Amino acid sequence: MSLLHSYVKVKARERGRALPRATVRHVHLAEAPMVFVPLRLAGEAAAPLGAMVGTDPRRPTLLVVPQPRNRDLRFQFLADLGAVLLPYIDRISRQVETVEAKTPFERCLDAPQIVVPSPGGVEFAAKLGRSSRFRRTTGPYAVDPAVPMLGRWLTFLAEQSEFAGSSLMVAMTDLLTAHWVTGQSAVEDADLAALLGWIDPPEGLTGPEAAALADDPLTPPAGPDTHPEFDRQELQKAIEHYDVTGSATQVEEALHGQLRPTWDRMWQAIGLLAALKESPGATTRWERDRVHVALHRAWIDGGGLPQGKRDSAVAAAKRLARLEAAQQSFEATRAFDDPLVMAEYRADGVAFAGEVVAVDLTRRIVPPGGKREVPRPLVTIETSDPVRLAKGKKVRSPSRPRQSATITSLADRMVTVQIDDGMGRGSQPAEGSVPGVGTVICYTELDPGESRRAPLPPREETPWTHGGPPPDYVPTDDDAAEPWS
Amino acid sequence: MNRLDAIRGGTPGQDHNARSIAALAANPACDRRAVLDAAAIDKPRLMRRLRFDDRWGQSPFAIQRNQQFTDLVKANGAAHLLRLLRTLLDLPIEEAGYVNLEDAGGNEGQVARHGHTRRVIRQTAEGRGRATILDRPLLRLDVAGAQVYLEPDVIAFQLGGVFHIVAIKSFAIVDDQADTPKVSAAAREAAVYVHALRELVGRDLVSHDVILVCPRDFTNEPTATTVDVRHQLVTLARQLSRLTRIDTILDRLPENLSLDLDALSPAQIEAAVAAVPARYAPQCLSACELSHLCRREAHDLGHLDALGRVVRDDLGGIESVRAALRVATPGEPVADDQAEIAERLRHVARLYDEAVA
Repeated sequence: MSLLHSYVKVKARERGRALPRATVRHVHLAEAPMVFVPLRLAGEAAAPLGAMVGTDPRRPTLLVVPQPRNRDLRFQFLADLGAVLLPYIDRISRQVETVEAKTPFERCLDAPQIVVPSPGGVEFAAKLGRSSRFRRTTGPYAVDPAVPMLGRWLTFLAEQSEFAGSSLMVAMTDLLTAHWVTGQSAVEDADLAALLGWIDPPEGLTGPEAAALADDPLTPPAGPDTHPEFDRQELQKAIEHYDVTGSATQVEEALHGQLRPTWDRMWQAIGLLAALKESPGATTRWERDRVHVALHRAWIDGGGLPQGKRDSAVAAAKRLARLEAAQQSFEATRAFDDPLVMAEYRADGVAFAGEVVAVDLTRRIVPPGGKREVPRPLVTIETSDPVRLAKGKKVRSPSRPRQSATITSLADRMVTVQIDDGMGRGSQPAEGSVPGVGTVICYTELDPGESRRAPLPPREETPWTHGGPPPDYVPTDDDAAEPWS
Repeated sequence: MNRLDAIRGGTPGQDHNARSIAALAANPACDRRAVLDAAAIDKPRLMRRLRFDDRWGQSPFAIQRNQQFTDLVKANGAAHLLRLLRTLLDLPIEEAGYVNLEDAGGNEGQVARHGHTRRVIRQTAEGRGRATILDRPLLRLDVAGAQVYLEPDVIAFQLGGVFHIVAIKSFAIVDDQADTPKVSAAAREAAVYVHALRELVGRDLVSHDVILVCPRDFTNEPTATTVDVRHQLVTLARQLSRLTRIDTILDRLPENLSLDLDALSPAQIEAAVAAVPARYAPQCLSACELSHLCRREAHDLGHLDALGRVVRDDLGGIESVRAALRVATPGEPVADDQAEIAERLRHVARLYDEAVA
């Protein structure tokens, strides 16, 4: 968040309409995203109530659990969900290409993309994954083979969603707030209906008017939690009806009424996002997503075990380092791809832009530790931005992302940087390798490259401070037979 | 307290509980909540009369689940709980006296029940009596000049001479991890009980580690962990001491203020509520039944607070949407103390316009 973001919020409030936060789309949208709107029974950790799922806005698949306290029905739900999601994942993840590199690697041609309404939906998907991936398909309490397989994929997708910029499993409210600023608080933006009301209100309504409709009892919440009043007045009776008659029709009708409005909003939101041009960074990140899917596919096909319950010390440290690297690279790339995102950093003083007013092309110095003189031209930029970077700071420019520079002096509205590389091998900088007088240029401390990380010890050399080498995790019979309340 | 009863009028009241005290302490500057709570106004009912959607009730499924789990933990003289406490607190086997405090000699009144709780707790603290688990106690706390009765799930007494508050919650602990907001809410609520019990028996006799009992993984099997609520206790104590004395607030209100929900028309109720100043912030939405009403009012007045803490802090000192936009417009006169924010906002406004153009 930045002062710019706060200012735009105030402005949006006054306008009564959301304002853009990005000029391009920073997330990849799959050709056929799989929309998944799950509902959960109140008071339970992972008791599914129903879901609307599918890739065709006009033909959603409705799945319900007519008696959510019945274990067998819950497994049936997971098997049905698997029958929708697994063929989709399989079809896409089995088309693989080999990428030529120093060590050639596999990458899926495309990847599955699951879109849920909110971060709560991702969390619930992770819980469903946890409760089903250890299940056995033989012996006591045997389940449909789709159940553990679905559990493993849901776990994988939910884990990937923690990495900034991954598009495999995404929460719609997160996507929308990354691209628009509404005139309501972050708490209210978490409600898909209210958020969408600000961004794309129905004909004749202002943003706040449309958002107010989200509070109307007739607007069902986007889940996974249902409205307590709905539970009391409709659901309870429908479930009782099922208990007595064995007919699920009432539960189906009730849940359809709760799910359909959210389903339609999800596609409305996908339409809004699709209208934005995709940023280059989003395309690159999707390529990485495709590599991760190929790796997981190969792990499963090679007979690998389901994900453990907890990470070992080394795995946790590695994962944390990867999360941090992904975050840093995502933030920087977004700013490099989008002047509107960069403006937030300029407002906060970690980036600045302006016109080049002086260039010293002939400057040559002996760099620290070096022996020969090398060209290190100076470029002076006049800026009105409140620069908060210090002398000696390494900076980069979105218009020359491969070239690094160092701030050498800061004076009133004048910043001088020394160009450090990317000028060819000659004794003078190559033509056009240094920004010329009159060029408008932006520099920032953000670096979209992944930073080098300290190596972590291999698993078998886990230090005693971290519990020593962990035993290999093998799911037990207990895990498979874990009772469900 | 006559004034408070007069405000409530003939409508039956609704008592404070640990959750409402925690919510009150979360926003100590809100006069509206303080007055309505002190006068025991039934807030959900008030909102229904003003035709606001009531999202505050709990789902019958959640209530049922919670009840089932609590019953399970307390069944057979709290056998499950004793087993968990033995491992968690090293409770010796012979220390297993279960006392149900709900029954105060057939006397159901709160005063009598509280008196009974007090007697038993004092006896236990002095080493007389063999109670280890005190079920359904009734504690009392002074909140901004009003007496509030509180009913914790259980109080456990350890032989080491320290009381522990036990909170029984039905959210699951999956693979040793629970949902953070739910744990924090439980901790804030438990802190209120610890605070109240400390008022009764003294600081040193009540542990700041409360015992949280939850179902493990996807089962019904209870598991127990300790949660350190020192931080919540400090916050609560500070907020309670900062709560303006209710009489001071009442002095500022119109003399004939009435919130008699049964007697007044919706328009009259709305006017009466409006006469008590509120301090709305988006956090209220998850803590206070009146939040939707206060939000509408805050937006009508263009309050910046309603856009969230970040916006309020970033634009520190500016009160309203309109004022913020005026300050951001070049050429508009600004006060001296807003000169700096004005300069920054104008720069930001220019940046934004350039970038979207």
